[in-house]
Amino acid sequence: MRRSSLMRLRGLLRKEWLQILRDPSSISIAFVLPTLLLFLFGYGVTLDARNEPVGLVVDNPDSTAQSVVAAFYQSPYFVPVQLASIQEAEDAIADHRVSAILWLRNDFSRRLLARGDAPIELIVNGTDANTARIVEGYVQSVWSDWLVKLARINGRPLAVPLLVEPRIWFNPSARSRDYLVPGLMASIMTLVGALLTAMVVAREWERGTMEALMVTPVSLTDIFLGKLVPYFLLGMGGMALSAGLAYWLFAVPLRGSGVVLMAASALFLLAALGMGLLISTVTRDQFVAGQVAIIATYLPAFMLSGFVFDIGSMPWGIRFATYLVAARYFVSILQTVFLAGDVWAVILPNGAALLAMAMLFLTLARLASRKRLE
Amino acid sequence: MSAGAPPGVAPQAPALILEDVSKQFVAGGRVVQALDGVSAQIRRASVTGLIGPDGAGKTTLMRLVAGLLLPQRGRITALGIDVLKEPLKAHEVLGYMPQRFGLYEDLSVQENLDLYADLHGVPRQARPQRYAELLAMTGLALFTRRLAGRLSGGMKQKLGLACVLVRPPGLLLLDEPTVGVDPLSRRELWKIVYRLVEETQTTVLLSTAYLDEAERCDEVILIHEGRVLGQGPPRDFSARLHGRSFVVTAPAVSTRHLQERLAAAPGVLDAIAQGDRVRVVSEEGAGLGEVRRAVADAAGVSVAPVAARFEDAFVVMLSERATPAKAPRPVAEHENAAGAGGAQRPGVIAVHNLSRRFGDFYAVRRISFTVGRGEIFGLLGANGAGKSTTFRMLCGLLPASEGTLEVAGVNLRHAAARARQRIGYMAQRFSLYGNLTVAENLRFFARAYGLSGAVRRERLAWALEEFELGPFADATSAELPLGFKQRLALAAALMHRPEILFLDEPTSGVDPLGRREFWRRINALAEEGVTVLVTTHIMEEAEYCDRLVIMAAGEILAEGSPQALKARFKTADNPEPSVEDAFVALVAAGSGVGEAADAA
Repeated sequence: MRRSSLMRLRGLLRKEWLQILRDPSSISIAFVLPTLLLFLFGYGVTLDARNEPVGLVVDNPDSTAQSVVAAFYQSPYFVPVQLASIQEAEDAIADHRVSAILWLRNDFSRRLLARGDAPIELIVNGTDANTARIVEGYVQSVWSDWLVKLARINGRPLAVPLLVEPRIWFNPSARSRDYLVPGLMASIMTLVGALLTAMVVAREWERGTMEALMVTPVSLTDIFLGKLVPYFLLGMGGMALSAGLAYWLFAVPLRGSGVVLMAASALFLLAALGMGLLISTVTRDQFVAGQVAIIATYLPAFMLSGFVFDIGSMPWGIRFATYLVAARYFVSILQTVFLAGDVWAVILPNGAALLAMAMLFLTLARLASRKRLE
Repeated sequence: MSAGAPPGVAPQAPALILEDVSKQFVAGGRVVQALDGVSAQIRRASVTGLIGPDGAGKTTLMRLVAGLLLPQRGRITALGIDVLKEPLKAHEVLGYMPQRFGLYEDLSVQENLDLYADLHGVPRQARPQRYAELLAMTGLALFTRRLAGRLSGGMKQKLGLACVLVRPPGLLLLDEPTVGVDPLSRRELWKIVYRLVEETQTTVLLSTAYLDEAERCDEVILIHEGRVLGQGPPRDFSARLHGRSFVVTAPAVSTRHLQERLAAAPGVLDAIAQGDRVRVVSEEGAGLGEVRRAVADAAGVSVAPVAARFEDAFVVMLSERATPAKAPRPVAEHENAAGAGGAQRPGVIAVHNLSRRFGDFYAVRRISFTVGRGEIFGLLGANGAGKSTTFRMLCGLLPASEGTLEVAGVNLRHAAARARQRIGYMAQRFSLYGNLTVAENLRFFARAYGLSGAVRRERLAWALEEFELGPFADATSAELPLGFKQRLALAAALMHRPEILFLDEPTSGVDPLGRREFWRRINALAEEGVTVLVTTHIMEEAEYCDRLVIMAAGEILAEGSPQALKARFKTADNPEPSVEDAFVALVAAGSGVGEAADAA
């Protein structure tokens, strides 16, 4: 009896494996999609201001003003564009050639030397408020660095009464990529786990093969394992690929251990696979299963997991809903493991939540499936 | 049989017992009674056909026996196992082939066999021999490495069967195994099934909508609208009609007229055209005399008794239950105006060397034919023969790759829209708006063809009256029974009084009574001068056509009247071949070469 059960499971696994190899869609969901998304977020979408074109208008290019300009040229955040007049600069900002204008007026050096309070004028294009704020901050920091340097050279006390010195913990260079990429991995795994299983099980219903399977001596557990195991492996492959890209290509630091990373991924993947199985068991239709998987798993994982939008600043109702999103716990673990290290106070409770989610969805999926058509 | 019956029940015990099985579905707030108190028994080592039109409840019954559905009421015992209580135990001995054969299309023939062998727990050492037997039986030995998705319909069907048989089942359930499969493959399947029963004493329950297949079964369960109409050897059904079946010939009258007159005559229950003759079933108590009287005035009439067929019995049983449908208004008689010489009439549709390529695949290759005014012209072929592609080109929905085609004197290459104004098109599956009412559907199609005001109102009234749709005018079309949907689709196609009517598989799924009524209307239209072009894979329907072409793999294999086609295949063994015989002979002659080339 046990031997025949093993034979059945092996048959199912081999079938699933052959289908994965022959149908390009599974492979592309597991490997091409993560790569695409990572490249898109890693290179395309960034919440940093880097290489921001800033227009510099210097009315009187004496040596003091030149040294301010040089400070901007040295900053990695800016690409200075020297402009002849403020009119020209205003045109440039309107055409989006520059995102900010720094204007050193005619009397800049004179006032600085005379009274020590020479103002610089900063005009920032506010259409993208996020970038505007960041640019403003960077400009200020370049400006205050320059003032400090000037003070040191001149041996005079600094005229600026208060100097903010920001320190960003865990992500010293404040690279958004470092926290976006780990968060993105949670969304990718949701997609790979839920979408993949939802589609392949629904496909069996649509093509009538599930009906044929049901009337063989195969048990529901066999069918269940026959779907879980291959897509678990495929999903872990996709996860390893994403982690590799994150580490080597995007240079996201991995401060925790790989073992914790993989263990958490495995738990999360089980939860995602459980959701996928549940969706396909209920819908039995590839199109509907795909839609439901995206709306009920991928979008919440993207928006409610805290990887793009801060959960703390959400209204309480939505904040409560985030507790039902498995990706939320996974994002916490991923960001901790990548950026901070093996912080058990974060990893253990979130890991326990993931385990509970995985058991919940797998149990629901198992309960929802019968060896019947209704 | 009690639940505790020993596994080795007496060999005389029936293989399958159905006791008062009822099954309802709730669909969109409506309760559908799929099966209503079905009781039947099936003998061991026999082939039982579960026969009925689409929607009769065949698939539901098959799934219940397979343990895939639970009935609201009743008991099902298969090989001594209570299927409802112990479905898993039943799955150890059942073999079930669902309608689409349950094959994995991206697995090869061999991989599909391996999978099912694993699932059924066939020991490894037993496999080589079993595979060899199955592959030899199904003729798939040359194709073991081919993906199942790339097999022809007939080969898929055989592979599906081989997969179910990989572990010899005690009870084999085949759900419509012959649907969408060409007649040649259908015949081969029957041969395999009978060999199986002889060699292994398997019990087979097979469902089919083809009434002619009933006569191939040891026993038949006739099912209609969820109820069993009767069970027994097919001969018993036809025997009841002994002395009530006749063929009538009248050289002076067109077959269509003869058929119409006979159908309307008192004492006649059923009359269908069969080439140049009309096959008649008389009412109970009526006989040769009544039939003769109905056509006494025509010259040269001969009436001869023939053996009753299973279909005759089915139609009689159905019409005893159904309220008689109104006969279409009699059309003016033009004696001998029609007849078989359609080709001499001016061509309304002229197709010359027409081809349609998709990439380097020819869906249709250099076909030519002409259809005359008022002619019923058939395109006959299995699925994938190129019928629908030809149709789409004729309707101007698909441009031709090569060749010319003229419809109603208009070259479709230049003026498809103008030609379309003069044709009516009834698509497969009827293309109605399910959530619009009957009247709204009709009004929509009338508007789509540019009818307005009084004309539209007049045509709407005509359609509701002529097709007896009045009582359903405010019902949404999705709720209609299939036969009424078909009427509505035909009415919609006729709103703008087209000269040419295209019918794509118009009667698939409709029961024999509905089919007869449909053809009565089509005949009446043809008499009024409407040209009718029809595709069908139902061989018997070819008999309704004046002329037809038989298509396979995109080419025309033969053209002519049904009589002429059949006459070509008259042999000493088979003095009265059917259109199906002709079809099988033509396709076999044509495809022997193709299959060999495929294998290479």
